[in-house]
Amino acid sequence: MTGGGRCLAVLRAGLLTTVQDLGRVGFAHLGVPRAGAVDPPALTLANRLVGNPPQAAGLEITLTGCTLRFNHATIVAVAGAPATVLRVDLRPVDMYVPVPVLAGRVVHIGPTRAGLRTYLAVAGGIDVPAILGSRSTDTLAKLGPAVVRDGDVLPVGRPSGTPAGVWFMPFPSPARPPLRLRIRLGPRDDWFTPAALRLLTTETYRVSPMTDRVGVRLLGSALTRLSAGELQSEGVVLGAVQVPANGVPLVFLADHPTLGGYPVVAVVDESDLPLLAQARPGTPVNFRLRGR
Amino acid sequence: MQVRRVGRDAVLVEIDAVAVPAWFAELRRRRDAGDLAFVEIVPGARTILLDGVPDPAALVRTLTLLPAPPLVSTVSSRVVVIPAVYDGPDLLDVARRWNATAEETVRIHSSTRFTVAFCGFTPGFAYLTGLPPRLRVPRHPAPRVRVPAGSVALAGPYTAVYPGESPGGWQLIGRTDLRLFDLACDPPARLSPGTTVCFRPVAG
Repeated sequence: MTGGGRCLAVLRAGLLTTVQDLGRVGFAHLGVPRAGAVDPPALTLANRLVGNPPQAAGLEITLTGCTLRFNHATIVAVAGAPATVLRVDLRPVDMYVPVPVLAGRVVHIGPTRAGLRTYLAVAGGIDVPAILGSRSTDTLAKLGPAVVRDGDVLPVGRPSGTPAGVWFMPFPSPARPPLRLRIRLGPRDDWFTPAALRLLTTETYRVSPMTDRVGVRLLGSALTRLSAGELQSEGVVLGAVQVPANGVPLVFLADHPTLGGYPVVAVVDESDLPLLAQARPGTPVNFRLRGR
Repeated sequence: MQVRRVGRDAVLVEIDAVAVPAWFAELRRRRDAGDLAFVEIVPGARTILLDGVPDPAALVRTLTLLPAPPLVSTVSSRVVVIPAVYDGPDLLDVARRWNATAEETVRIHSSTRFTVAFCGFTPGFAYLTGLPPRLRVPRHPAPRVRVPAGSVALAGPYTAVYPGESPGGWQLIGRTDLRLFDLACDPPARLSPGTTVCFRPVAG
């Protein structure tokens, strides 16, 4: 499949490891969601450290880590949720720096110590075929490469840039709870009572166990609607705070459907979404109004 | 027309359902001509979402001044004919709701000129309008776990063809072999908003 070229072998894929870049753009009118990394700054930083362009594809590794063997000498970098263990063979290495890996060496990424998703970039990027302009796995629409499995061999592209010359990168520590997510009300805030809108910004919600690449369901008080009408399907944006039939809001992430049939009461600032994408079940969440 | 802000860089245009295809074509034309700036344009039942807007406040002002496009003339004249075998498990139920025989039901459906109003649910799933309001049918209260790819289906005011196998609650009246979403094709979706669609009955 790779013609003896650069590749990495997946010795242990872990709970959910997918290939992700910055997503599919320009096909939403055909029902094709955006996909892409749910913590784009982490992937982009890892790419920068190994000398890749920001749109190169890397691995999004969820919660339990993974183990990879490279068939070629290369540079990798790991960013995002801190891993309990990060080794090349037996040698511990650091996150947030370019790490040289010799041919045949094994990179061990342990479970996350905090947060949900760790990102690995490799010089040259994961070079699976692009589908509609992106190498991302879309877990909802089932587009792009399949979810990574034990034994998979993934092609790696030709390195195009110089790894960053850094020995140490200050990196963001995981956000301290409660998460404060900035929102703008609308487009359907007028479907809700004034009391419900007050509740939205005063209640402490919690991340439910139903958090995935499509969205984050929350636990907490239901928002009361002004009327019981049904919303006709309309376009949905990244970060939309949708209020389903049970009244308890959910927030859409990268694999969100292009259309929704429930009112969107507010939208979370895109720059705050990585915090939510990294939040484990039980994390308290507050919404903060920032005007329209 | 009402225009609502959505988050930092999107706007939602609210219009009559019948005007959605014409507005979709018009807004795309103006974007391609460089008059409007946005990345994604997503029609819904009675809305059009514009996402990735560099200057939403300016776009809102511009949009509210645009003259409404004529309802039909700007819509693509491309016609996709879908060969269909009308043998779906819900055909007789639909016929009963329509006060028609199975043959009459097939004749009504296959002589209707449909328009793709919008797409969603799954990639390539097109919501086709064109049936008169009195022929609306409800969804199944409990969706089927598995609807085969190519199923021709009805729900509410819409007709659709399931592009791939998926769960689904629509009334299934037939099936087609025509592939509606194929990544090997450019564009991958045979049906996009504004496309005219007809069904041609064929023998199973």
